[in-house]
Amino acid sequence: MNATTAMEVNAEARRILAVSISKLYASRTQRGGLRLHRSLLLSMVMRSARDIYHSSREIEGQSDAQPTSEPMETSSDQTVPEPQPELQPAVNAAEPPSEESDSEDEGCDSDIAEDKENMSPTKQSRKRRGKAAAAPDFLPSKRARLEPGEERYAAQLGSCRAGAAESLTALSLNLNRVIPAF
Amino acid sequence: MAGPGGDMQWCFSQVKGAIDDDVAEADIISTVEFNHTGELLATGDKGGRVVIFQQEIENKNLPQFRSEYNVYSTFQSHEPEFDYLKSLEIEEKINKIRWLPQKNAAQFLLSTNDKTIKLWKISERDKRPDGYNLKEEDGRYKDPNTITSLRVPVLIPMDLMVEASPRRVFANAHTYHINSISVNSDEETYLSADDLRINLWNLEITDRSFNIVDIKPANMEELTEVITAAEFHPHQCNTFVYSSSKGTIRLCDMRASALCDKQSKLFEEPEDPSNRSFFSEIISSISDVKFSHNGRYMMTRDYLSVKIWDLNMENRPVETYQVHEYLRSKLCSLYENDCIFDKFECCWNGNDSVVMTGSYNNFFRMFDRGQRRDVTLEASRENSKPMQVLKPRKVCAGGKRKKDEISVDSLDFNKKILHTAWHPQDNIIAVATTNNLYIFQDKVN
Repeated sequence: MNATTAMEVNAEARRILAVSISKLYASRTQRGGLRLHRSLLLSMVMRSARDIYHSSREIEGQSDAQPTSEPMETSSDQTVPEPQPELQPAVNAAEPPSEESDSEDEGCDSDIAEDKENMSPTKQSRKRRGKAAAAPDFLPSKRARLEPGEERYAAQLGSCRAGAAESLTALSLNLNRVIPAF
Repeated sequence: MAGPGGDMQWCFSQVKGAIDDDVAEADIISTVEFNHTGELLATGDKGGRVVIFQQEIENKNLPQFRSEYNVYSTFQSHEPEFDYLKSLEIEEKINKIRWLPQKNAAQFLLSTNDKTIKLWKISERDKRPDGYNLKEEDGRYKDPNTITSLRVPVLIPMDLMVEASPRRVFANAHTYHINSISVNSDEETYLSADDLRINLWNLEITDRSFNIVDIKPANMEELTEVITAAEFHPHQCNTFVYSSSKGTIRLCDMRASALCDKQSKLFEEPEDPSNRSFFSEIISSISDVKFSHNGRYMMTRDYLSVKIWDLNMENRPVETYQVHEYLRSKLCSLYENDCIFDKFECCWNGNDSVVMTGSYNNFFRMFDRGQRRDVTLEASRENSKPMQVLKPRKVCAGGKRKKDEISVDSLDFNKKILHTAWHPQDNIIAVATTNNLYIFQDKVN
């Protein structure tokens, strides 16, 4: 894969990620509650898109002759020290699942926002300072909070062509929370 | 029975449901099922109602035999509920209806929503007792001291009344959303399946069920697949299958152990690496599994294809039919508009020679297994003159569009046929569009 194709794949992956995120948030307000099957499929697509995104960035990085100080692992089995821990696959959540976790539901957005605030201090220590410049632009910065208004904005995105970069900057996605909430 | 493209000519028979384009959400049909004789046809909708149609058999032996299905009974099966503990609304939408084999004058069916299964008794009443001398004419009871003679009431004919009454309610056994129910050939038990578990019930007992499959991982973060459909074998009361979101089917034997987590057979076709995409997992998820009537095969439906499996061969299906392969290049758009999550069902004809499934633009497809022919037909109000023969439709995948062909980009993805049913003996089919039920029959029938 050359740099141009990698860029296209990268854009495609970002687009799909944006669409998936808005679907995930929209599914919270669905009647009948969160559907496990649908959430599982969404998280799988997000994981594929994320993996493809990272591997295409790696190729881009290599062909631009900018050495990356560390290889970007794309295997979902490893706990990868990423600039933004929020995109780790649902498989590798640091928190233990709640018992008989079907009683917990992601419907309460303020919970998510709060948890993000609780989580980030511990995760921040793993962040490498040198990586700040190389952080993907569409991933949320540390300071980003999920305001109620911003969530609405993201959910209203009809087409994933509408500025994937802006939409994802506004959101905090925690893939960790997708499945364990059931 | 003859093949779908050549000797069979499908004609419009009837259409049920509102005509206007503005579809009320409660009217969306969510399940269709013939009973074992084909005389009754049940539909369930998003509003929790069940409507049963009965076939009026006029001169069945004449060549111009026309079967008309008319409304027999309508009742509210499920109501919306609220789970206060989880702050979740439980939809009243009927996910599945399954008929019990008839044992006496009454008919029984199971209907289920996401959480609760109900056994309904549908019975006819065409006589009523008359001649009581215990009540006044306005209904008040007479003073017993004034009654001096014993009068036995007699049964007199009355207009036919069809009553549906709930006989059993099987509740609180499923944490996740129920996707399937299946009555066992022993006619005493049935199974219900949700995303992670399958329970075995006795039709008489509502406060207890046995869990026979549990694929919930100890750590939910390790969840990789869910159960999408389950069905009992039509003859072997110990055998059932369940399909997964990963495209696998597991056949289980209840004699092997109480908890059938370890399958007896695993049916899986290796993925074609050239077809790999972001959406490979979604499109390989099986949305329906149905045993053939003879019990030797089973059919699975995933997003793009229908596969027939021989129960004796696990490593690949014996037949694969492409339903709408032209959608493979459109998966990203179908993901965006949510269509990729649509769950299509499939069905066999009475002698297992033809299979049918739905598609978009109100198209449905039939595949003749013996004659290796397939046909695409459309359910629409435009083709709804009595006994009008349906013309085969064709979708143009790309390049030059021929006359009468439809291009992929003009397909209406809001018009989807998810539910179809085939009469168990005759060539009569019921096809559900969003809120209408079409009945077609073979001209030769």
